Amino acid sequence: MLIDIGFILGTMFMYATPLLYTALGGAISENSGVVNIGLEGMMTIGAFSAATTSYFLQNPWIGFIFGGFAGALLGLVHAVACVSYRADNVVSGIAINFLGPGIALFLARHFFGGTTHTKILDLDKKMPRPFDGVFEQNSFFDLILNQYATMFIALFLVFVVHFVFYYTRVGLRLRSVGEKPTAARTVGIRVVLYRYGAVIVSGFFAGLGGSSLSIAIVSHFWHPLISGQGFIALAAMIFGKWKPIPTMFACLMFGFSQGIAVFLGRVIPATYTELVSMIPYALTLIVLVLFVRRSRAPSALGGQVDE
Amino acid sequence: MKKNLFVFLILFFVSTFAFAAGDQEGAEDAIKIAMVTDVGGVNDQSFNQSAWEGLQRARDELGVEISYLESAQDADYIPNLQSLIDGGNDLVWGVGFKMADALLQMAKLYPDQHFAIIDFAYGPDAPSNVVGVLFKAEQASFLVGYIAGKVTETNTIGFVGGIEGAIIDAFEYGFLAGVYIANRDATVLSQYADSFVDAAKGKSIATQMYVQGADIVFHAAGSVGNGVIEAAREQDRWVIGVDRDQNDLAPDNVLTSAMKEVGDAMYKVAKDLKETGEFPSGGALILGLSDGAVGIAPTSNVHVPADILSEIEEMSQRIVSGEIAVPYNLETFETFKSEN
Repeated sequence: MLIDIGFILGTMFMYATPLLYTALGGAISENSGVVNIGLEGMMTIGAFSAATTSYFLQNPWIGFIFGGFAGALLGLVHAVACVSYRADNVVSGIAINFLGPGIALFLARHFFGGTTHTKILDLDKKMPRPFDGVFEQNSFFDLILNQYATMFIALFLVFVVHFVFYYTRVGLRLRSVGEKPTAARTVGIRVVLYRYGAVIVSGFFAGLGGSSLSIAIVSHFWHPLISGQGFIALAAMIFGKWKPIPTMFACLMFGFSQGIAVFLGRVIPATYTELVSMIPYALTLIVLVLFVRRSRAPSALGGQVDE
Repeated sequence: MKKNLFVFLILFFVSTFAFAAGDQEGAEDAIKIAMVTDVGGVNDQSFNQSAWEGLQRARDELGVEISYLESAQDADYIPNLQSLIDGGNDLVWGVGFKMADALLQMAKLYPDQHFAIIDFAYGPDAPSNVVGVLFKAEQASFLVGYIAGKVTETNTIGFVGGIEGAIIDAFEYGFLAGVYIANRDATVLSQYADSFVDAAKGKSIATQMYVQGADIVFHAAGSVGNGVIEAAREQDRWVIGVDRDQNDLAPDNVLTSAMKEVGDAMYKVAKDLKETGEFPSGGALILGLSDGAVGIAPTSNVHVPADILSEIEEMSQRIVSGEIAVPYNLETFETFKSEN
């Protein structure tokens, strides 16, 4: 029983990690007033870049950061379209979601002899696991805490973003740009600059989210590795009312219900397997309806501002 | 400004369509066979590549003329099929079930053109100019199940399926039958991911199986299986691959793989065509061990002891001779158990 609880909690942390990065990225972009549904594409390019760089340099940390930068580059494209060219945020986001996998597959073929997947990283060339070997294998604490470094970094970043949002001048200005850009401009805040920064950082976070999949949860990139996580992260962010800490709980809850689903899949007869697999989504809906009645987006979300 | 953005976006979209590449080779007046890959591309180290290798063998040994077109996305299937039809090919292959709808549509438009598709059968209403090629996955699964039953030390073995249905049932019950013949004491933990893409879920399910004491896990779950293999690496246990030789994904942990020899199947069709001059038509061509279309991975000899491999040889012969009828669903599995 204790082992099962450990397993469910471990699965929760594993599942939540890529969502945490990406949802935080979404929160940063959207608090500045730019809708970012291109997270999926940014994750894909990040996952690919991280796996490729880690493989060629045999260093996961450089790969991880590089994955972030690749996402940031797509973030820049999104910012150019949405902020400078005042494109519809959703349309640009959809384009990003085509562009990310397109570039990733194209480059994969270029670097890996025509295949659409990258080469496998050795276990010791993946992200390190700080608690690996500290506890007995598959014991309660091992199952919970023997996670990749990316998980601990993700949790840490939640509090960093929370601090920046609510306790720094930059955060206050960022949120003011997302709420009332005209008012912000009147008092001399450079709205365009803030939005550019936020969207690029958002791409960076989504890139890290993709990296946390391709060089920690698994150890290479292939075509459907990123298959909807970007959208789940977006849902988690809305669920978390566009705020970092509630967003973290949303991601953890989604991971937790996946853990429950896998656990129940073992103990419940196979006939109900589809029902069990619905749990994460059904639970999300229920909690959304019951507890998140008043979820308010930043007022200027998706709107444009004159320079 | 808006106009610039529009041009910019159009360029992006156009660039994503531009990856389809072509390749033509062969002699005049020969039989012309061409194939359309799915989004994996012709060097995917998986079934598209196997398909192309099969055609290359047909070219070298039978002198047929071959070509391929790659699809960068699902929307490319129809234009690619159209190009191959216009190119005067005698037989056009669609590699992969994802192309089923596109191929059927073209088969109806061009009743005089012959088509074939891998991993799909259209059923009784299909036009007569199209044939589906299916593989007896249960036979390969039986063989790897037999290996698992012999190799296991904990007498606990796992099976991770993608989405429940007739196709994955063949893997599951073939595997169960193999384990049953090899080792009556072994139990098989079986669980479905309800996905073919969620690698994290595959990893999570497999980890749970290893924690439960399984020492070998077999997967038939597409990309979910990559997560299963990752779990085997982290837990340092055995895993059995599927469809192709997956030993490259974890050389120390992939015990064997249940192979589907797409290339050999396509070669066989080309050979029959060359020898009889008749196109396979209507319904499905179901290929198995006796056609060399399924089997175990060539790298199996690395981890599987030689005496077990020679037993596998014997089992294969008994399947080919019809002595063992490998079950492919629950019903046939129950019959199988009562008979053996």
